[in-house]
Amino acid sequence: MPSVQDWINNPLGVVDGAFAQNNSGAEWEKKVVEYFKEKLKVNGAQSWVPSLNDVPLHYLKPNSLVKFRCMIQDMFDPEFFMGVYETVDSSTNSKVLRCGKYKDVTDCGQVDFNSRNAVTSERQTFYCVPIPGESQWVKEISFHQARVVPSTSYTPNRHKRSYEEDDEMDTQAQCHCANSHRNVESKRLETEAPSQNNSPSRCSSNLDLNFPLPGEQGPACLVKVYEGWDGFKLNDMLEVFGILSVDPALSLMADDKEASSLLDPTESMETVEEQRAHSPPASLVPRIHMLYAQPLKHNNPLLPSAVSEDKGACRFLSGVLSELTSVRSELLTYLTHIFLGDSLAAEYLILHLISSVYARRDVLPLGKFTLNVSGCPHSSPYTDQLYQIIQQLVPSSYQICMSLHNMNNQRMVPRKDYTANRLVSGTLQLASNTSLFLDETQLEQGQLDATGVRNITALGNLISWQKVDYDFNYHQMEFPCNINVLIVSEGRSLLPSDCQVHLRPALSPPNLEEYLKTVQLAQASSQLNKYRVYFTVARSLDYNISDQITKAVEEDFVEMRKDDPQSVSAEDLHRMLIVARLLSLSYGQTSLSRENWIKAKQMEMMRISRTQQQKCVNGNEP
Amino acid sequence: MSSPSSSARKRARSSNPPTPASEDPLSLSPRPREPSTGELQPMPTSPGTDMQSPAIQDTSLFSSPYHSSLLDMSSPLIYDTPSRGTPARQRPDLGSVRKAPQVDLNSEPVSGGSHFIKSSNCLQSKIFGLYAKRFLQRFIDPSSREDENACLDLNEPLYMQKLDEISVVGDPVLNVNCGHIQTFDADLYRQLICYPQEVIPTFDMAVNELFFDRYPDSVLEHQIQVRPYNALKTRNMRSLNPEDIDQLITISGMVIRTSQLIPEMQEAFFRCQVCAFSTRVEVDRGRIAEPAVCRNCNTTHSMALVHNRSVFSDKQMIKLQESPEDMPAGQTPHTTVVYAHNDLVDKVQPGDRVNITGIYRAAPMRVNPRQSQVKSVYKTHIDAIHFRKTDERRLHGLEEENEQKLFTEERVSMLKELAAKPDVYDRLSSALAPSIYEHEDIKKGILLQLFGGTRKDFSQTGRGNFRAEINILLCGDPGTSKSQLLQYVYNLVPRGQYTSGKGSSAVGLTAYVMKDPETRQLVLQTGALVLSDNGICCIDEFDKMSDSTRSVLHEVMEQQTLSIAKAGIICQLNARTSILAAANPVESQWNPKKTTIENIQLPHTLLSRFDLIFLMLDPQDEAYDRRLAHHLVSLYYQSEDQVEEEYLDMAVLKDYIAYARTYINPRLCEEASQALIEAYVDMRKIGSGRGMVSAYPRQLESLIRLAEAHAKVRFSDKVETIDVEEAKRLHREALKQSATDPRTGFVDISILTTGMSATARKRKEEVAQALKKLIQSKGKMPAMKYQQLFDDLRGQSEAAITKDMFDEALRALTDEDYLTVTGKTVRLL
Repeated sequence: MPSVQDWINNPLGVVDGAFAQNNSGAEWEKKVVEYFKEKLKVNGAQSWVPSLNDVPLHYLKPNSLVKFRCMIQDMFDPEFFMGVYETVDSSTNSKVLRCGKYKDVTDCGQVDFNSRNAVTSERQTFYCVPIPGESQWVKEISFHQARVVPSTSYTPNRHKRSYEEDDEMDTQAQCHCANSHRNVESKRLETEAPSQNNSPSRCSSNLDLNFPLPGEQGPACLVKVYEGWDGFKLNDMLEVFGILSVDPALSLMADDKEASSLLDPTESMETVEEQRAHSPPASLVPRIHMLYAQPLKHNNPLLPSAVSEDKGACRFLSGVLSELTSVRSELLTYLTHIFLGDSLAAEYLILHLISSVYARRDVLPLGKFTLNVSGCPHSSPYTDQLYQIIQQLVPSSYQICMSLHNMNNQRMVPRKDYTANRLVSGTLQLASNTSLFLDETQLEQGQLDATGVRNITALGNLISWQKVDYDFNYHQMEFPCNINVLIVSEGRSLLPSDCQVHLRPALSPPNLEEYLKTVQLAQASSQLNKYRVYFTVARSLDYNISDQITKAVEEDFVEMRKDDPQSVSAEDLHRMLIVARLLSLSYGQTSLSRENWIKAKQMEMMRISRTQQQKCVNGNEP
Repeated sequence: MSSPSSSARKRARSSNPPTPASEDPLSLSPRPREPSTGELQPMPTSPGTDMQSPAIQDTSLFSSPYHSSLLDMSSPLIYDTPSRGTPARQRPDLGSVRKAPQVDLNSEPVSGGSHFIKSSNCLQSKIFGLYAKRFLQRFIDPSSREDENACLDLNEPLYMQKLDEISVVGDPVLNVNCGHIQTFDADLYRQLICYPQEVIPTFDMAVNELFFDRYPDSVLEHQIQVRPYNALKTRNMRSLNPEDIDQLITISGMVIRTSQLIPEMQEAFFRCQVCAFSTRVEVDRGRIAEPAVCRNCNTTHSMALVHNRSVFSDKQMIKLQESPEDMPAGQTPHTTVVYAHNDLVDKVQPGDRVNITGIYRAAPMRVNPRQSQVKSVYKTHIDAIHFRKTDERRLHGLEEENEQKLFTEERVSMLKELAAKPDVYDRLSSALAPSIYEHEDIKKGILLQLFGGTRKDFSQTGRGNFRAEINILLCGDPGTSKSQLLQYVYNLVPRGQYTSGKGSSAVGLTAYVMKDPETRQLVLQTGALVLSDNGICCIDEFDKMSDSTRSVLHEVMEQQTLSIAKAGIICQLNARTSILAAANPVESQWNPKKTTIENIQLPHTLLSRFDLIFLMLDPQDEAYDRRLAHHLVSLYYQSEDQVEEEYLDMAVLKDYIAYARTYINPRLCEEASQALIEAYVDMRKIGSGRGMVSAYPRQLESLIRLAEAHAKVRFSDKVETIDVEEAKRLHREALKQSATDPRTGFVDISILTTGMSATARKRKEEVAQALKKLIQSKGKMPAMKYQQLFDDLRGQSEAAITKDMFDEALRALTDEDYLTVTGKTVRLL
């Protein structure tokens, strides 16, 4: 058995070894995958593997095992490759069978294309990008943890650690200043965001890496999948473990395009754009040959990923559940402060943040809870600060300032580019459970052009049906999604929403900015971590309604309708049921109790009366 | 492009079947050409050409094992070919015969059928030539439904008739349906699929023999080429795998890009600079072996390529994308590269849906031409042999559903079983959008719309097509899940379109002419209505649609066509679409005191084109509330599986509808037509008692359509009385909801047909008369103040008179040419 170092540093050695041992059947392929799965199961083993998200590419050893936390942005066509091939040594004329799996380029020696023993196999390529909108704290924590684990092996990397630490410090510092910058002039920044994308980042080149969100950083990656690729879907979050391939020969091909096209007419059939999109230089877009991938339910590094069901995770979960209620009340206080003393809005925000589409009945997504917080102060950077606070709490989020310029210019809906044969991403291509923060206070009067109308429609569809219609030029294709949309606006939002809460501040601090800062700073990071865990756990709980409660709810509804049929419609009942569901989950209760139902009703009543009052106030205005 | 200078030598060559005479068990070594070059290429194997084995290695970059194929002039087939005088044409789609990789003699063919191409290869292919001939001579398909065979006698051998056609038309292409071959001779079929490169030339030869035997004098541009199509079942692009390489496949998809025409050299012409001796070299896998020495004068490196005497063929790259229907949810569509050759070039345009039959190829890519390292990935493409546009058939009317989904036996029997159940109608309607509560009749209406009536063609008698599609309008309070119903229907039907009245323009609905930025060509882009031909167009917020946009619908909803006259393009497109529209009342809430027309403010000309108009209102009754609450609560805790059990699967429903639409064409039986007549007469009678007309022929047509659709639901070929009963009931339900006069409580169809109930019309006349009297009583006044007149009339009349009513009365009098209204003055004439 090879040592730890071997399977991380030279996984291909393991693969070749298995192939040499047993080259008759297809058994060896399974064995290899099993081997790596076993290895990774060992406690903490996953953190020994260097992560492509964290370590800059040039510090990583080619053909070593790496991991990459990513989202599938595009799926390319399946490709056929030489699974097994035979090489001829020109000097001795002896033939050797070799395995082509997990490799991009054949090994040395003349390849015999006519060999009877050759096996053609199929694999699929995914274009993966880091999870869009991943919060800074997620990155910090996940890679901080990785560093704490004593890495017994991987000397080349450890030597680089110091470097890389500096590097990270730098980026962090940059980010911080970028954030503060954002506070002041967020609007300007937003409008500049697209251009920022082009500005030289870590990978300075004019190659568009096709990140869904402008201003994103990190490596994009071509992940080669060898089995079960039908199980993956677009926008899935994955933790990929695989063999890094950055063979310079791949880049050479891109450079030598001109020369080769003259010689091989078939090559010239691909356009330059397509070449660039599908085989970008490996130094910018490395290849990972997937050995094992873990689908991620969430990207919260504070929790064990959902798949591993060992005892540790269970214990952890029960621990969280036991103190769920206390965390909730602390959280509520915190958010109430943020909402300037409005506890109802804070309650609704909690419900919103733990909402998630849990099922779809024909076309109707169930469990979504789009919140519209109206009555936000327009002049102050309140909304930006609110977004920052949310960013601190959820693993991934994105803010769209709905300024006219943004609406008219941003590419929200992903579009298929047929010349380059790839899916050009848009800001609405987001992973599951991303928080989308729509700032409508930035919207001014003016003309929306065709793009603007399309964007608004897309946002509307996203909110109502939790789907985005990707534009495939000749047709549209519907991709279901699960995005928590929070709209902040002055009046009622022009976009549809499940629930509108009008903000009613109880206090008006003289300096809003200062106030929010102090509230924020008062939260210790351990406290924040508790909140973060709280959201992820509460969201994933199961839920049901007992027959008894069902009866009670029915009675209630009939009763309410009796008094005034106009006041309560089927839609209201829908909403009340969602509120009741989320309310129960927020207390960690997995079935609806009477109290929660009554509480949900009361909350709804309060909320509705508030909006109605607001209407009256507005109506009386001269 | 034809090859004008095709020599006799070439003819012999390409008409020659692959005949590897070498018994040599095709060694593994990559030195395929050594033994054969001498015979093949009439040039000396100088060290120059033969040189480095790497060069040869280069040329052997080909998907299948390369094996020498000898041109065996003694092959009996050569002599048999009676293609006197007619030049053969190379078939780059098969790969020119010479470079065709031969079947590996030692390995078993993939799908069994090992009896083909054993050692005595010539003999075998001759035998298969005979099989092919037998097939062509004898195949009869009496049940053919394809439109290509429209005017042929179905009881005569099909392909012999097609040869007849060729002799008349002169188009030397014979399309052969592989399905026919399969039913006739399964072995032959298997060979065709596995070894298309060998079997298709055999077919070519057989056809030419037959043809020139029969029509020895006919003149064709080149020899007949056989183009098989419909290989195996039509496959999904996703199911292609390495085993399909070099096999004949048919896949469906959508063309997304076509390249420019690429001239591909087939034969290079070299002339010696010294002695002017010329020689031809055939291109082998994209490479030309340039002769290093002139054979005539033995000068080295004196041969120069003469471009305009070389032979080229056309080639085009086409990108094909999976059709959206075939795709699993949540994945992106795959694409494949297709090469079209010769006359198939420019046969398809981007956006076309096609079935392509061709040979699947794979070739390795090389990292660097000067390196031996190879990228371990193959490039794949399909050499197209046959295109079949799937949406072209729309032009042909009746049979368009031939692209039918193929149903498996079990599926069909399952569907039939379902159809035999007495409550199938209720079952299906409850399976429709189960998350939407109740509204049974509306769901039933939509169900019938999904099935549609029977298409009738009266164009012979001058009336044109009768509309078979059922149009439905839903109106009602906001928040009564109208949009959700629309979304559901849109997701259910294969050719559904969903638009919102607010956002769509007339152009977006119909079609617009666009200049392609690349080709500067005018392209007709079709809008939602045309796209949903044979489907359902769901229009939300129908009331918010602008008038000009709505006017487009008039033609679509009755004539089922769309006329376009724009930028020099004048055409009429089919838009046989059912329309499912949803409208909100003008005053956000439905006003029960007003008529439908008043509530939704739509022109009655448009409304009368809807077969069914439903109101979706909040019923406000306790029992209903209770059931609704239960339904909603259950949505929130039932697991997915429980629901599946309760209702019919959406997929089953889809298949059921597709099957019924394709195979069931009910006709009215005698009793049913009697029942229809009675129903219609009854409807007329109801109104006549009160001096109103309550039914028009349009309503009769609606009834017929509904009855037919109901018969389709039962999988019945006859429309029976029960169908008529249900149609009547549903129609009455819809009328009761939408055409009830709120003032009298009677059903009054004229609300929908004229936009005004009879009583309202009567009152309008009364007001006008009163006004006229008032003006006359004032004596000779040429002009009056508008406001004053209004006040006078109000003072005089007992009933309250609104401004609207007054305006209407004025308008009525204007129409009588009694007065004119200019601004605020009223002038008598």
